[in-house]
Amino acid sequence: MPGAAVLALEDVSKSFGAVAALRGARLELRAGEAHALVGENGAGKSTLVKILAGVHAPDAGRVLLDGQPVHLDGPAAARAAGIAVIYQEPTLFPDLSVAENIFMGRQPLGGGRRIDRKELHARCAALFERLGVRLDPERPARGLSIADQQMVEIAKALSFDARVLVMDEPTAALSGVEVERLFTVARALRDGGAAVLFISHRFEEVFDLCDRITVMRDGQWVATDDAADLTVDQVVRLMVGRDVSSLFPKQDVEPGEVVLSVRGLTRRGVFSDVSFDVRAGEIVALAGLVGAGRSEVVRAVFGVDAYDEGSVEVAGRPLRPGRPAAAMAAGVALVPEDRRQQGLVMELSVERNATLTRRWQLARGGLLSSRAERATAAEWSTKLQVKAGKLADPVSTLSGGNQQKVVLAKWLSTNPRVLIVDEPTRGIDVGTKAEVHRLLSQLAADGLAVVMVSSELPEVLGMADRVLVMHEGRLVDDIPRARADEGSVMLAATGQGRTTAVAP
Amino acid sequence: MSERASSPVGTAEPASGASPTATPTPTASPTERPGRGAALVHRLVVVRELGILAALLLLVVATVVANPRFLSGQNIRDLLISASILTVLAAGQTVVIITRNVDLSVGSTLGLSAYATGTLLVNGTPVPLAVLAGVAVGALCGLLNGVIVAVAKVPSLVVTLGTLYAIRGLDSLWASQSGRLQINAADLPSGFKAIAGARVLGVPVLFLVAVAVVVLVGHHLRSYRSGRELYGIGSDPDAARLSGIPVGRRVLAAFVVSGALAGLAGVMYAARFQTLDATAGTGQELFVVAAAVVGGVAIFGGSGSVYGAALGALLLTTIGAALPQLGLNPFWREAAVGALILAAIVLDRSLSLRLARRLRGRNLRGS
Repeated sequence: MPGAAVLALEDVSKSFGAVAALRGARLELRAGEAHALVGENGAGKSTLVKILAGVHAPDAGRVLLDGQPVHLDGPAAARAAGIAVIYQEPTLFPDLSVAENIFMGRQPLGGGRRIDRKELHARCAALFERLGVRLDPERPARGLSIADQQMVEIAKALSFDARVLVMDEPTAALSGVEVERLFTVARALRDGGAAVLFISHRFEEVFDLCDRITVMRDGQWVATDDAADLTVDQVVRLMVGRDVSSLFPKQDVEPGEVVLSVRGLTRRGVFSDVSFDVRAGEIVALAGLVGAGRSEVVRAVFGVDAYDEGSVEVAGRPLRPGRPAAAMAAGVALVPEDRRQQGLVMELSVERNATLTRRWQLARGGLLSSRAERATAAEWSTKLQVKAGKLADPVSTLSGGNQQKVVLAKWLSTNPRVLIVDEPTRGIDVGTKAEVHRLLSQLAADGLAVVMVSSELPEVLGMADRVLVMHEGRLVDDIPRARADEGSVMLAATGQGRTTAVAP
Repeated sequence: MSERASSPVGTAEPASGASPTATPTPTASPTERPGRGAALVHRLVVVRELGILAALLLLVVATVVANPRFLSGQNIRDLLISASILTVLAAGQTVVIITRNVDLSVGSTLGLSAYATGTLLVNGTPVPLAVLAGVAVGALCGLLNGVIVAVAKVPSLVVTLGTLYAIRGLDSLWASQSGRLQINAADLPSGFKAIAGARVLGVPVLFLVAVAVVVLVGHHLRSYRSGRELYGIGSDPDAARLSGIPVGRRVLAAFVVSGALAGLAGVMYAARFQTLDATAGTGQELFVVAAAVVGGVAIFGGSGSVYGAALGALLLTTIGAALPQLGLNPFWREAAVGALILAAIVLDRSLSLRLARRLRGRNLRGS
């Protein structure tokens, strides 16, 4: 049974410059409960997490620990108070070993205050066993997939024996099995008397794990209720303050010519013999479990990574491998998986980012004028409804959904024929998600060929004309819209379905 | 590939039923065996440091062929003493570079410390006290750097470029004001001068000092929390902050260590050359950074060791000594150092690419 309030926020406000991120936010976490925090992107959830983590100090309001006001004047103070945080973006040290990442600053010590490496690795292995993760504690964190990085973060938070565990969208990069493991651990912590704060855009997970739900909108507290008393529709309405129209409005389009044709694409050890066609007006989804090689395939198609065998043709003309510039010239655009690392230059302004792909066309006599940049950026930000204070602000100040729109603007302004989007709505709130879906659908209707890599099954089923399923580096199934359902896709993705190579 | 069986932990089998859909991957190794990742990284470091040793060996062999007297006892001792000063500087520089900073003021700090030590000795200060004072002068210079970098949050490149000139200026001003532009060997007490020639079992004491510094710093960086935190800071400063590492304090300490070691190097310089003016150590800073980079210390922080940096210092010094023996114009030395830096960078890059490929291949998982 949930007990007394462990951690609470009372009328907390926080502004960054002119932008008020939180205005009178409230939250109460009780011992032994799993509590969900939901809200659209930009609702202030991440800011709230950073206040709990001691990264930001609130401008007004109080933080109460066991009913007593506290000042968390740094991450170290929050840790000392028993608050562990799993951030949305993994924060690992790439050069250090996985075990050191987990126990940084708390390494077990042997004689003479020296680090006891044996004990360090043993503890790490024990944590991984508890999580059901198969990672080598001694390998460096560099090169881990995002899902593995997230598992390391989770292990780190677990190693604290925290009284409060805050998880800011931990499942965005995880596959179903991994999510279930995480929830098992979270439930065990909860049953042991810890308070768990869970932030997610996936409602099934929210209702699966959590006892109570707090909804935020525009930096304000909206409601806190028992999960049992709420439905998904009610939560969505509370979040957006309006009804959201159909989530996945893919329009039916008569497919045109084959625009993108991939034949026998192989990268040894990563994926092999991948062949498929995409027609104009079609949305083709690449589905599969995390690590199946989907992102790797589209990266190779675009030329970011090299491949060993096979060919890629755009509108009948072969594409030179390993040359993103050639792909761009041929009309291919890639919206990458990790927008912070690969999609945007976080320090640059919104307008600079939005026009990066067109800097040569926009330049006059080799000089790039900020007026031309601003005009183009303004046009696209209006089209995509980017919510930014000023276009001259660094793109890092935008919320995740708006950042994704800037990445889309950057590529759509090149007038592509083939648009490849990798996890287009990861970490994006419901409202913006629907906008992105509507946009993709509209683009396909205008004759664009769209390749969409997505781990969210409802998105795949709702948006795609065809679902290509990958399993362990191979394309194992090609399911038309009519036949595609959760069962058929999951069977293929787990290697239980058809295993013959697909003739395109 | 040899399997490292020394790992203390057994392969962690997942709890039964935890992953019902997990299927073994036939192509790539689906699970990570403990120790394998460490073995890869360890091997890379060994390859890296063996590479320097091999270059060193090649150079020595070539030089000995040209001039067999290159390996005479006195020649080797001279070489080791010259390398000692650079090694001590490189050890301090490594501590700073690991945190994704750089200390360009070490040459000037060495100069100031050497002059300060010399002046104190001339004025009759006991030798141990003068030595400590030299180290303290360096530590103070380091403290100045560290405070500006950590508190004012100015990039260290700019800060230490400033103190490079400021400290040298102070040194020159002091030398001209005191009316003693040059301190000569005749002015120094014989007890101090004896340090340069002192040997233990035939090994110069100055070299032993450098070895002790390298071992101490290396051990600290590897086996203490604060040492590992320096690597963390250089690896990802933001993650370090979120992990509750006192980034400012650690970086400040790194600069103090670098300064103190530059001070120690100044004392060693004074003992070795015994003729001191305000130009001592001019231009050393880049040579020190070069030694660290050649030794495999990543300029963007987070990786590298003092042992590598020490090997780098030894190699650079040996080049300087070997070229005249090979009948080459000593001016080739700088070109050789440049080529070596470029070779080191290319080697590091290709090794890290190979490591990345290996690690990526191990990412395919069964579930």
